Amino acid sequence: MTKLLAILFASVLVNNYTLVKFLGICPFLGVSKKVDQAAGMGIAVIFVMLVATAATWPIQTFLLDPYGLGYLQTIVFILVIAALVQFVEIVLKRYLPSLHQSLGIYLPLITTNCAVLGVTINNITDGYNFLTSMVSSLGCGLGFLLAMVLFAGVRSRVEEAIPPKPFSGIPITLISASIVALAFYGFSGIITNIFG
Amino acid sequence: MKKSGILLKGLLKENPVFVLVLGTCPTLATSTSVISALAMGIAATAVLICSNIAISALRNLIPDKVRIPCYIVVIAGFVTIVQLLMEAYLPSLYEMLGVYLALIVVNCIILGRAEAYANSHKVGEAALDGLGMGLGFLLALLCMATIREVFGSGSWAGFPIPFLKDHTVPILTQSPGGFLVFGVMIAIVSAITKGKAPAKKSFSCEGCPSAAACGKLSPASCEMSGKEAASHD
Repeated sequence: MTKLLAILFASVLVNNYTLVKFLGICPFLGVSKKVDQAAGMGIAVIFVMLVATAATWPIQTFLLDPYGLGYLQTIVFILVIAALVQFVEIVLKRYLPSLHQSLGIYLPLITTNCAVLGVTINNITDGYNFLTSMVSSLGCGLGFLLAMVLFAGVRSRVEEAIPPKPFSGIPITLISASIVALAFYGFSGIITNIFG
Repeated sequence: MKKSGILLKGLLKENPVFVLVLGTCPTLATSTSVISALAMGIAATAVLICSNIAISALRNLIPDKVRIPCYIVVIAGFVTIVQLLMEAYLPSLYEMLGVYLALIVVNCIILGRAEAYANSHKVGEAALDGLGMGLGFLLALLCMATIREVFGSGSWAGFPIPFLKDHTVPILTQSPGGFLVFGVMIAIVSAITKGKAPAKKSFSCEGCPSAAACGKLSPASCEMSGKEAASHD
């Protein structure tokens, strides 16, 4: 149990996928203008990460590894994730239209999100079992949601500022992201201090 | 367009990183040192040239409706080839790049060029476009990595620099420094080109490979998706 908690907190705070490992920067910068959109995107990412891990971990363990097909990992994972996202979207549209309305528009954007592919590959590389893989995916998703929501809050203020002309738009956004990332550095070492 | 024009536009005028702002994840993650930036840039350029050639050659065979999955398979195939070659001949670089090597598959630059250029141009032009964009990516990575490594660790490609190695700013090699250097570089490039380049004022779906896949998001920008979201409520 302690180990699971350690993995969860490590992936939410210390190894935050967006601010520390630079995965999923596109949606982080693209959909963070308003807090509610940022939260919607974050929840959709958590959902897709969990579904993707639940599908790719068994494929790697029971299909690719026993038959020596490990080199197909990249191709198989991206195809599985792309197909899965489409499938989930169709199912949601048919059976849970209200959920589809709030999450649906974000789903296609997540297909080629490097955070989702990254978390599935990292779970295999780190040698996690099924349970720890799911916990680490949940942590990564929560970390993404946290970073998105925090940054959306910061950004809604930055949008109203008037920076020097070359800095307006993307540059000032990146510089404010830098300061948010600096804040996350306060968490480094927290895992060894609490669980170590 | 002239052949040299196709090649050169990727370097500054349509630089994929500093002007089109694509492929931000690998740019930020692998520009901590010059060596890893060089390895990433060369690997991505190789994949970009090969995938542009293959997709351009197959452009009349791939049905329009399933083109995105087809592109992804082509790109993933070339990425796997690069991964296997690197693991065999350059194992230390393979270790250094880690998961980011596999993540070339979802690099927006490669899918973006397939969608925006290779599927409507001849093989030769697509190859030149791939080379130009790849070199632009490499150049941008090297600029970022040089700044971050020289001031962050006081060395260049591993060679220590006399004065700076005693006066380093370690935060530059960490993630906040990455965002900071990237933001400043984009500001510098936009000041140099003075808006002559197709300046991108905000992040839009234009270069996003998923743009074509999500019909709902109309041709407009990602902000549009936000507005749609708001109007759904």
